[in-house]
Amino acid sequence: MSKTHSEKSSTVQRYSAGARVNHWITAGSLVLLAISGLALFHPSLFFLTALFGGGETTRAVHPWIGVVLFFSFLGLFFRFWRANLWNRTDNVWMSKLRDVLAGNEENMPEIGKYNAGQKLVFWFMSALILILITSGIVVWDEYFYQYTSIDQKRYAILVHSLAAIAAISVWIVHVYAAIWVKGTIRAMTRGSVTGGWAWRHHRQWLRELVAGKATGAGK
Amino acid sequence: MATLQSQDIVRRSATTFTPPAARHQIKVAKLIDVSKCIGCKACQAACLEWNNLREDVGVNVGQYQNPHDLTANSWTLMRFTEWVNPETDNLEWLIRKDGCMHCEDPGCLKACPSPGAIVQYSNGIVDFVSENCIGCGYCIKGCPFNIPRISKADSKAYKCTLCVDRVSVGQAPACAKSCPTQAIVFGTKEAMLEHAAGRVTDLKSRGYKNAGIYDPPGVGGTHVMYVLHHADKPQIYASLPNNPAISPIVGLWKGTVKYAGMAALGLMAVFGFMHHVVAGPNEVTEEDEENAKKLKDAAE
Amino acid sequence: MTNGWNDIKNTDLVVIMGGNAAEAHPCGFKWVTEAKAHRGAKLVVVDPRFTRSAAVADYYAPIRQGTDIAFLMGVINYCIQNEKVQWDYVKAFTNASYIVKEGFEYSDGLFTGYDESRRDYNRSTWDYEFGADGFAVVDETLQNPRCVWNLLKKHVATYTPEMVERICGTPKDKFVAVAKMIAETSAKDKVMTSMYALGWTQHSKGSQNIRGMAMLQLILGNIGVRGGGMNALRGHSNIQGLTDIGLMSNLIPGYLTLPTEREADINAYMSTRGFRPQRPGQMSFWQNYKKFFVSFQKSMWGAAATKDNDFAYDYLPKLDVPAYDVLRAFDLMHQGKMNGYFCQGFNPLLSFPNKRKLTAALSKLKFLVVFDPLETETARFWENHGEFNDVNPASIQTEVFQLPTTCFAEDEGSLTNSSRWIQWHWPAAEPPGEAKTDIWIMAQLHLKLKAMYRKDGGKFPDPIVNLHWPYRLPNDPQPEEIARELNGYVVENVPDPNDATKLVLERGKQIPTFGVLRDDGSTACGCWIYAGIYTEAGNMMARRGTADPGDTGAYSQWAFSWPANRRILYNRASADINGKPWDESRKLIWWNGTNWGGFDIPDIAPTAKPQDVGPFIMNPEGVSRLFTRGMMRDGPFPVHYEPFESPIANPIAPKVRGNPVARVFRGDMEQFGDSKEFPYAATSYRLTEHFHFWTKHVWVNAVLQPEFFVEISEELAKEKKIASGGWVRVWSKRGSVKAKAVVTKRIRPLVCDGKTVHIVGIPIHWGFTGAAKKGFGANMLTPFVGDANIETPEYKAFLVDVEPIAGAQV
Repeated sequence: MSKTHSEKSSTVQRYSAGARVNHWITAGSLVLLAISGLALFHPSLFFLTALFGGGETTRAVHPWIGVVLFFSFLGLFFRFWRANLWNRTDNVWMSKLRDVLAGNEENMPEIGKYNAGQKLVFWFMSALILILITSGIVVWDEYFYQYTSIDQKRYAILVHSLAAIAAISVWIVHVYAAIWVKGTIRAMTRGSVTGGWAWRHHRQWLRELVAGKATGAGK
Repeated sequence: MATLQSQDIVRRSATTFTPPAARHQIKVAKLIDVSKCIGCKACQAACLEWNNLREDVGVNVGQYQNPHDLTANSWTLMRFTEWVNPETDNLEWLIRKDGCMHCEDPGCLKACPSPGAIVQYSNGIVDFVSENCIGCGYCIKGCPFNIPRISKADSKAYKCTLCVDRVSVGQAPACAKSCPTQAIVFGTKEAMLEHAAGRVTDLKSRGYKNAGIYDPPGVGGTHVMYVLHHADKPQIYASLPNNPAISPIVGLWKGTVKYAGMAALGLMAVFGFMHHVVAGPNEVTEEDEENAKKLKDAAE
Repeated sequence: MTNGWNDIKNTDLVVIMGGNAAEAHPCGFKWVTEAKAHRGAKLVVVDPRFTRSAAVADYYAPIRQGTDIAFLMGVINYCIQNEKVQWDYVKAFTNASYIVKEGFEYSDGLFTGYDESRRDYNRSTWDYEFGADGFAVVDETLQNPRCVWNLLKKHVATYTPEMVERICGTPKDKFVAVAKMIAETSAKDKVMTSMYALGWTQHSKGSQNIRGMAMLQLILGNIGVRGGGMNALRGHSNIQGLTDIGLMSNLIPGYLTLPTEREADINAYMSTRGFRPQRPGQMSFWQNYKKFFVSFQKSMWGAAATKDNDFAYDYLPKLDVPAYDVLRAFDLMHQGKMNGYFCQGFNPLLSFPNKRKLTAALSKLKFLVVFDPLETETARFWENHGEFNDVNPASIQTEVFQLPTTCFAEDEGSLTNSSRWIQWHWPAAEPPGEAKTDIWIMAQLHLKLKAMYRKDGGKFPDPIVNLHWPYRLPNDPQPEEIARELNGYVVENVPDPNDATKLVLERGKQIPTFGVLRDDGSTACGCWIYAGIYTEAGNMMARRGTADPGDTGAYSQWAFSWPANRRILYNRASADINGKPWDESRKLIWWNGTNWGGFDIPDIAPTAKPQDVGPFIMNPEGVSRLFTRGMMRDGPFPVHYEPFESPIANPIAPKVRGNPVARVFRGDMEQFGDSKEFPYAATSYRLTEHFHFWTKHVWVNAVLQPEFFVEISEELAKEKKIASGGWVRVWSKRGSVKAKAVVTKRIRPLVCDGKTVHIVGIPIHWGFTGAAKKGFGANMLTPFVGDANIETPEYKAFLVDVEPIAGAQV
């Protein structure tokens, strides 16, 4: 990123256009998967199948959206996995979860591009999506019926359900965090955040950015 | 089948509260006396004919069983097992008519996510309602007997309807009607149990000391029952389950997980909302902006 | 059947041997389950394969195909040795006490009088001693060494359990177990029924297989009683009707026989059909032969059959050979001596042995006319279907006419089932396309021929131009009209001899029963045993009454059973010499001091005194025959002969190959294989999923059993490295087929005469037309030889070799 740009706007670039598109494809797929999945998970939500043109189409498109999600998330994974490696600061952050929730960031150590919570979201999502795609394929009867036993399918669908609940939970955390921490959403809509946002939440990242050690955007 | 008799529905898939059935019919059952069955496949032919199903002409793979498994078009199948009785060293050719058992506690219905795609009538018949079926295959996972099959043509699940269309007009199922030796009989569950008891007595008198009725309690009993010469080991009859019950995995999936999962998600959402209400938004201050500015400036 | 399907429910023991009722007669088999349910009956199955019948049997014993006589004679021997004989029955109702002529002997597998060059016997010694009074000499004490009983005892003594095991491969303990169960039914209150079918008939000694069991049933006192009898399970819904109506080349309806060329006039014809009683006071019912015969002639030729022309006796063809059976017909075709063939409801290209010979024969015809509802292989014999029908159409000049006919569900008429019940049926559907009834087609043919003969004359047009054709619409005779004709009617008034003002028979009326038939031309009757099917009271075949007094299963008000609506033949024998039922719980008819009565129509004159008149009224003896005199070509007692193709030499007569009097056409003897070249004993049979070669045209049946296969034991599969579901080649001296292999525990190798005999099972249902996968007919392999008496081909026992092959194309 160029200094002139940051000077002019007093913002810092956080995500490139590619990363944003990648994110929103993933996000969209995840939302559609959650809706269609929940529709088939609990009878009281079956009405949601109407959004997909009915139960049959819901059943038919859900796994395909899953495939889209998987590959899309794979893109995000390769973009961000390095930045999500765990470090000592993350342990400190974790130990001060109470302050995190209270918004007392002044008590927190300086954070790099991602805090421990974000990293956990990343790693949980990575793991859960892997579980979901694997178990999903086992119960994708249209193409893969003959490769597994019915008992294996039963385990698979149970695992799929549990993983989906976990993934949706993680997603709630993720979305709520973005809503709660004001100024966050623009990182994914416009690609940039304000300097103050970066100072407040990811000061170390900002320092590194300023020092030219890091780039704001994902590759 | 489409539901012909909505007044009789006592259970409905993916429906939390089924309104009480307006009518209550007497429980029915089909009894298949394996010891009387000659494996003629008249039941298979009758099933194909009555239900107007079109199975493919297959190939021989070294056995009498054709088709080789239940399919979306073959709702019943004679399964042939050549079993040498270790006690007598005599060959016994065990021929079992396979098909939906019409469980009192149907696993398919429990697993089905589509409201009204699987129903149970007050006479005990478990029926698939094609127009509501979404083809997800959950019924296959719910079934302890490996019965339902998804059609390649229309991606809907199919299985024996116990000829509900015939039964509802006072006829016996097509298979029972066609059975030349009356190995398949149909009537009230009570009458069938009584008939079966007579058969068991006869078999015991002929030396089958373990003869018995197969009406597995694990699924609340079934509306299709067997008389077996060796009721102590159902598995010799082409893997008829010994003690069938809805798989605990399915129970977990459609029980605890379904409710706990939804509760967890709800709680997550509520927690977020309450947190926001209590803690308020985490906002960037002017000071933060200035500090950032300072940092940038310092770097330049 | 002597009894009937429903009657099987009355039995204590069902023996299925020479058949597979559950497989081939599943609907009739329900009466076995009824017997099991209601009388606690046991089912015994004796078969080379563990069949579908065996699957529900109480006891199963294996047997090598073609050795039933050894087994049955073994059981008779067992019964005699163990005193399991219904003595009162044997003494009173069989010819056990009859003295056999001096000179009659049996040794080394042959009876007296064998002429090897003619493959035939001089049967003059096979008879009773007749006294000066003309009656057979009897010794009621059974002491005379030449009485039938002692000859029989001697004859069966060879067949010890050890010998049975040696010949049949049936383990001794299993044979004895079966023999014991059978022997128990010699008690007066126990009965056994024999259910058999083509497993006994399709042998070069098929008739003797059945005789063997009939003799056993007589010794046990099981003929004529409820739940007993000899019950032939007919293979088609109306094949009983076929034989009843005389659709055999040597018969005319009602089991009357066609004259031979030596019988130039009616007197010569009748001289061998007089059936004088051989014991005093016996009915010898065939004494009425001439009444039936003349009435038949009147029915055929009406006014043209007169007393002056011996009732058109000359119109009948005269046989120059014993019979023009199908094997002979095809042999004649093959020799170029028969050049036109009408094939009606019949698929010989798959039904008769040695397909290669059949194809060559059909190819020599000038024309072939096929009447059939289906596209049969016979109609398409000229069409190339690759290896399944490898012919060159260009080289075949036969002109083929296919005439589509209705099937049974599309027309009205009667079917005669195995129980001899003649049941009327109505069309359930309209015939498709141009399909016409067989009657309509035959009528057009007849009328055209008649017109041509009238116009152009011919060598002897009389039988055709004079054929009685009384139908309202000559070109469309109705089934009811034909039924009325078969029943018979009065041609001329017959006045009452005691009162000239009254008529015994009134012209134009339907006759009530064959008892009123006359030999003077005043009655006409198409088939005397069918008299009563359509009387003045109407169509008796259409009756559907369900009353069943005594719960006998007779249902006398349902349809009509020939003869005279009698449900159990020889039912007089259900009661003892004094007319008292052997078993009160199974009583059928009884003597009340003045006449016979009960639940069935008595098979005896109603007032015939029980002590005087024997129950087997069709026989001139009045009793049944354990020794059958010269009536069968291959011996008065059954002898075990090996099949023409056998894995072992005959242990009781090593020098005799096959049945010594079975007819073998020139060239066919060389076509028999031996066990060195073809080591495995093959048998062919039906499967329940199919009916012959018809149902392979039906999608549903094709689904249930789609593809041609052969069955072999696990042991043979291992030896030959054949995988279940893999392809094999099976070949005999006459041809070769490719099939899927079904490897099964249901077939096990047998040890016969010290040699391991592997069995290869070959179902018959596939061909090159229809909905099922194309496949080969078993008749590619089967030998061209038939039973010595009735020429039923030997399909059940022949030799093959087998090898695994790589996947075949289909």
